[in-house]
Amino acid sequence: MAQKYLGQAIKRTEDPKLVSGLGHFVDDIKLPDLHNVCFVRSIHAHARIRGVDTSLAAALPGVVKVFTGEDCRGIGSIPCASSLQGLKVPHHPVLARNKVRYVGEPIVAVVADSLYRARDAAEAVSVDYEPLPAVVDPEQAAAPNSTFVHEEFSDNVAYVWSLVGGDVDQAFKDADRVIKQRMIHQRLVPAAMEPRGVIARFLPGEKELTLWSSTQIPHLMRTQVAIMLGLFENRVRVIAPEVGGGFGSKLNVYGEEALLGFISMQLQKPVKWIETRRENFTATIQGRGQVGDVEIAVKSDGRVLGIRYTVLADLGAYLQLLTPAIPTLTGLMLTGAYRIPNVRMDVTGVFTNKVATDAYRGAGRPEATYIIERAMDLAALEFDLDPVDVRRVNLVSKREFPYATATGLSYDSGNYEAPLKKALKISQYPRWRRHQVKERKKGRYVGVGVSTYVEICALGPSPAMPAGGWESATVRIEPTGKITILTGVSPHGQGQETSFAQIAADMLGVALEDVLVLHGDTGVVQYGIGTFGSRATAVGGTAVYGAIQKILKKGMLLAAHLLGVSRREVQFRDGKFFLKNDPTKSISLQDLALASYTARKLPPDFEPGLAAIYFYEPTNFTFPFGTHVCVVEVARETGTIKILQYVAVDDCGTIVNPLLVEGQIHGGVVQALGQAFMEEAVYDEIGQLITGEFTDYAIPRAGDVPWMQLDRTETPSPVNPLGIKGVGEAGTIGATPALVNAVVDALRPFGVRHVDMPLRPEKIWKLMQKETS
Amino acid sequence: MIPEAFEYFAPSSIQEAISLARRYGGDAKFLSGGHSLLPMMKLRLAAPKYIIDLAGIGELTQISEEGDSLKIGALVTHKAIETSDEIQSRCRLLAEAAFEIGDPQVRSCGTIGGSVAHADPAADYPAALLALDAEVRIEGPSGGRSVRASDFFVDLFTTALQQGELLVAIHVPVLAHNVGTAYKKLRQQASGFALVSAAAVVAKDEGGKCTHIAVGISGVGPKAFRASKVEESLLGKTLTEKNITNASHHVTASVDVQNDIHASAEYRSAMADLFAKNAIWVAANRAE
Amino acid sequence: MEITLTINDRTFKADVEPRLLLVHFIRENACLTGTHIGCETTTCGACTILLDGKAVKSCTLLAVQARGKRLTTVEGLMKNGRLHPIQEAFWEEHGLQCGYCTPGMIMAAYHLLQENPNPSDEQIRRGLEGNLCRCTGYQNIVKAIQSAAAKLA
Ligand SMILES: Cc1cc2nc3c(=O)[nH]c(=O)nc-3n(C[C@H](O)[C@H](O)[C@H](O)COP(=O)(O)OP(=O)(O)OC[C@H]3O[C@@H](n4cnc5c(N)ncnc54)[C@H](O)[C@@H]3O)c2cc1C
Ligand code: FES
Ligand code: FES
Repeated sequence: MAQKYLGQAIKRTEDPKLVSGLGHFVDDIKLPDLHNVCFVRSIHAHARIRGVDTSLAAALPGVVKVFTGEDCRGIGSIPCASSLQGLKVPHHPVLARNKVRYVGEPIVAVVADSLYRARDAAEAVSVDYEPLPAVVDPEQAAAPNSTFVHEEFSDNVAYVWSLVGGDVDQAFKDADRVIKQRMIHQRLVPAAMEPRGVIARFLPGEKELTLWSSTQIPHLMRTQVAIMLGLFENRVRVIAPEVGGGFGSKLNVYGEEALLGFISMQLQKPVKWIETRRENFTATIQGRGQVGDVEIAVKSDGRVLGIRYTVLADLGAYLQLLTPAIPTLTGLMLTGAYRIPNVRMDVTGVFTNKVATDAYRGAGRPEATYIIERAMDLAALEFDLDPVDVRRVNLVSKREFPYATATGLSYDSGNYEAPLKKALKISQYPRWRRHQVKERKKGRYVGVGVSTYVEICALGPSPAMPAGGWESATVRIEPTGKITILTGVSPHGQGQETSFAQIAADMLGVALEDVLVLHGDTGVVQYGIGTFGSRATAVGGTAVYGAIQKILKKGMLLAAHLLGVSRREVQFRDGKFFLKNDPTKSISLQDLALASYTARKLPPDFEPGLAAIYFYEPTNFTFPFGTHVCVVEVARETGTIKILQYVAVDDCGTIVNPLLVEGQIHGGVVQALGQAFMEEAVYDEIGQLITGEFTDYAIPRAGDVPWMQLDRTETPSPVNPLGIKGVGEAGTIGATPALVNAVVDALRPFGVRHVDMPLRPEKIWKLMQKETS
Repeated sequence: MIPEAFEYFAPSSIQEAISLARRYGGDAKFLSGGHSLLPMMKLRLAAPKYIIDLAGIGELTQISEEGDSLKIGALVTHKAIETSDEIQSRCRLLAEAAFEIGDPQVRSCGTIGGSVAHADPAADYPAALLALDAEVRIEGPSGGRSVRASDFFVDLFTTALQQGELLVAIHVPVLAHNVGTAYKKLRQQASGFALVSAAAVVAKDEGGKCTHIAVGISGVGPKAFRASKVEESLLGKTLTEKNITNASHHVTASVDVQNDIHASAEYRSAMADLFAKNAIWVAANRAE
Repeated sequence: MEITLTINDRTFKADVEPRLLLVHFIRENACLTGTHIGCETTTCGACTILLDGKAVKSCTLLAVQARGKRLTTVEGLMKNGRLHPIQEAFWEEHGLQCGYCTPGMIMAAYHLLQENPNPSDEQIRRGLEGNLCRCTGYQNIVKAIQSAAAKLA
C-alpha cells in the first residue's frame, strides 16, 4: 500500500463547510410546516402527580396539541441495553404519568406553530404535585430505611456485580502494608456544545418516519425507536446530521426521539424539539457518579500484590441505554498498566432521584485509571518512594505481551516504559523534583503528577458488548472511478470523513479528493453500530479496509480477464492493475470500474459492478497507553492552581492522521482538567441541581487551560491489520490522575495524602491553612 | 430561552423615557445593554410588560469633562470605558474595573448605567465607584438629583432609584496624578462575576504616609461596601507592606458575608482581606 | 414591529415581535444558520456575530435593538467563494472538531484581531473568554488565531 496519505497531517475535508457556517446541525434543518415542541418538566426530584391541567395551554394561539403521559401510553419503555444478571429494570416512560423521579423529567409536551408560542404554552400548563422525600445521596439510597425511588422494588439496589481475579485475600495477607482510601468520582455534565435535538417527519403516504437526531448511534436508535413505536424498522429512517459533540451523552436512546415520532404520526406534521441548555443539564445523562473504597496490598518495594474496590454507583432514577454497564468497565481496567495478579471489585448500583448516569468520555475507565494511579502515588507516599519508581516496579514489561490481566482481559501489545521514558525526558522530571525541594523552602508549593495509564479501546468484540461491537463499511467504486464509502460509525468531530478517505486513497491509489465518506443516515448506510468507546477508526476503519480488500480481490479477477492473463499474473499498485512481468500492460482502477458497470466483457459468473460490503468483527479490544506528566504550583494564599507544565506522551498504535490524534488528546486532557479542578453536578438535599447552568457549572475556558506538550510512541496493535488502537478517550483517562497527583504532591508538606475532585481553590486553600510539616 | 411578550418603546429623549416609565409604572423596565435584563427575561425570572429602550437617547452615550469630574453617560458601554483615553488617563481605576467585566462580547453591549442600576452584588463597578466617591445622576418625574455612590447601593439588587427614575450619568472625580489606584478581582469560575473584588484609591505624602485611602469591595456581601476599618487604620500611616497587611484584616467585619456553592463565607472573608491588601499595595506603589 | 437591518450586505425587512431575539431573526428570518445557540445564559458565545463591527452575543439582543444596523455573521466572511484567512487558519490548524462553537469562535477571533492584530497567547485566551469549546481543548484555536494574525499582517 502506498503511504501518501496514511500517517500524514491531512487537513480535514469536513471543515470548509463548518468554518463557513454552512454545515447543517439538527436545528438548521428547515421543513415546510415544521412545528415546535416544548416540554413541561418536573420541578421536583420526587413527587406524585395529582393532576395536570393543560386547558389554558391548549387554548393559546398557535397551539396544535398538548400531550400528556396518558396520551403516550402506547409508546414502549425507554430502553436499557444492559443485561447484567439480576438487574432491576424499571419502566421508563417517555412522559411521566403518576410519579416523577428526577428534576427535569418530562411530563407534558406542547406542540405549536412556533418556538415562541410553544414555550408560552408550556408555561401555561399547571402540574399539581405532591412532593415526596427525595433520595439524593447514593449511600442514603443504599441504606435499609431509605425511601424507594421505585415502589415496585423492595429497595433501591438495581444490581450487585462482582469481579474476582486471583486470590485477593491471600494478597492482602502477604502485603507489607494495606493502604485504604475512599475516592469519589463526582457526577459530571457532558455539556456538548450543541444540545440534543430531534426533528420527526412522518409521511402518511409513504408511511415512513424520518428522524433527524443529534446522536452518536443512528442505527441503534432506529431499531429502538421502531420497537418503542411498534413500527417496522425498515419504515424508520434516522439521520444524524452534523452533530455538535457528544462525549457519550448522545450515545443513547432518549424518550424524545420516539415521542416526537409519535407526535408527528399523530398530527401528520413534522415536529422539532431542540433542547435548552437547562434541559441539557437536568435531563441529559450525566457521567461518573461513583463513591468507592479502594484498598491495595503493597510490598515495601512498592510492588502492588492486589487491589480491592468496593463501590456504590449512583445510577439515577432510570436506566438509560448503558447505565448499569458503565461501572463494570471500571472493574475491567482496575489493574491498569500493572502486573497486579489479584483483584476484586464489588459494585452496588443504586437508584437515586436524579437523572441517569451513563457513558461520558471514558465511561468507567477514567474511574479505574484514577483509582489505580492515585493508589500508586499513595503507595509511593507510604514507603517514601518516588512515584515513578513505584510505577516502574509494577509496569507490565514489553516482553509480557499479550498480557493476561487478573480481570480477564488480554492486553494486545505494549511498551509501557517507552512513553514513560519519553515523558520524563521532555518534562525534565528530575529537574522539577529538585526545583520542588528548593521552592518548598521558600514557601512555594510545586507538585509533580505522573500517570502511566493503559486504556481499553476499539469497543469491541460483540460477545463482550451489550449490542454488537462489530462495524460495517460499504465501499463503492463508482463508474467514473470516484470512491464512495458508507460507514456505520457516526463521527461528530472525530474526523473520519478524512481519515477513512486517507485509508481508501492509499489502498486504492487515488487522490483524497476522489473519496467521499458518507455516514449517519440509516437510509443510505447499511446497519452499523456507531461512534463511541474510541472505536471508530480501529473498528470502523478496519471495516473500510476489509471492504477494499474484497474489491481489490474482485478487481484482480476482472483485470486479469481484461488483460487476458491469469489472476496470478496481475498485481495492483498506485491505482493500477498491471502484469507482474510487464508493468506497461495495465488497466487503471477507473477504467476497470467503468468496465465492471458497462459489463460487456466480464469473466464468466462475474457479478457486475465494483462494490463491497464488509462487517468487521474485532477479535479483541485494543489497549492504548501512555504517560502524562503534570507540574503545578498551588498558591497558599488563594488555593488556586497554576499548571507549569503538561506533557502527554501517548501511544495509540498506528496513526492515520496525527492532526486528529493530537486534537483528541488536547480535548481529552481539557475535559479531564474540567473534572479534576472545576466540574461537579451539585445537588441539594431535595434533589435540585444547583449547578444547572454554565453560570454555576464551570467548564474550562481558554484561559483555564495550559499549553500541552504532546509526543507519542507508536506500538501497532496486532488486533487489526492497520495496527490502530484508538484515541478518543485517552486524554481524559490519562490526564485526570496526573492532574490530581500533581496537586496532592504539592500539598504533601501539609500532610495531605488525598483530595477528592474537583480540586477547587477553596478546598485547596483550606488544606493549606495548616502549618507545614 | 424565550422571553414573555412585551410592548416595546424607543424614546429619543430623557423626558420621553421618563414619561413612559411613569405611564407604565412597575410593569415597565428600561433597557440599556440588556445584558442583565434579557438573560433574566429569557429564563422568565423577569417578565416586564413594557420595555423602554434607551438606546435612542444620544445624550446618554457621552463621556465629557465637567469641572473636576468626568461625566459618563448611562449608556456608555463597558468597552468604551475600558478603552476611552480620557478615562484611562484620568480615572484608570474605572477602566481597569471595566476590563474585568464578563467577556469582550458582554463588554461591547453592557453599559455602566445598566450595571449600576442593576446593583448585582458581584458586579465590578460598584466597588470602584465607592472607592472613587462617585456620584450618580438621576432624572425622574419630579426632576433631577444626585446621589453619592455610598448612598446609592442600598441592598441586594436594590438602589436609591425610585420607580420611574432614570439613571442618566455617573460622575467620577478626575484623579490627581499622584493618586494611585488598583482593581483586583477573584472570579467565580463559572460566571466570571466577582467572588471578591477590591478597588483601592490611595494618595501619600512625600514621606510615604497615607493621606487618602478609599477601598471598595464587591462580591462579598449583599451589596458593595467600603472597607472603612481598613481605611481608618491606614490613614496617616506609612504604606509599608506590613502595615497594609496588618490593616487588611476583618474587611468583612460588619458584613453579612455570602455563603454559597461557589465559596463559603469563611473563604470569601479571607479572600476579601487578601484582595483588599493586594489592591491597596498596588495602588500605594502607583501613588507618587 | 417593522424593522430593517443589514446582514452580510443584504438588507432584511420584517415585521417582528419585539421579543424576538436577534439570533432567531438571523437563523429563522434571514435563514443564516451558521450562527448557533448553545445556552440561555449568554455564556457560550456560539451565537457571536459582529454588530456594527463589534462582537456581540446575538442571543442576548432583541432583533428590534439591531434595527438600522449592519451585521456580519460567519457566512459573511467568505469573499468571492474564498475563505477568510481566519477561517482558513482554523482549517489548517485543526482548530475545530465538531464545529459547533466554531462560527462564534471565528467571529470572536475576528473582533480580537481587529483590535489587536498581533496578540500574545494570553491575550488570545482572554479574548476568547466569552466562547466555550468542549472539543478542542483550545490549543489549536489559539494556534489558528496566531496563524491568522500572521496571514493578515
Ligand atoms: C455572561 C455575562 C457575564 C457578565 N459578567 C459580569 C462581570 O463579571 N461583572 C459585572 O459587573 N457584570 C457582569 N455582567 C453584567 C453586565 O455587566 C451587564 O451588562 C450589566 O450588569 C447591566 O448593564 P446593561 O446595560 O446590560 O443593563 P440592562 O440589562 O439593560 O439593565 C439592567 C437593569 O437596570 C435597569 N436599567 C438599565 N438602564 C437603566 C437606567 N439608565 N436607569 C435606570 N434603570 C436602568 C433595567 O431596567 C434593568 O432592570 C455579565 C453579564 C453577562 C451576560
Ligand atoms: S447562545 Fe450561548 S452565548 Fe449566545
Ligand atoms: S469544536 Fe466542538 S465545541 Fe468547539
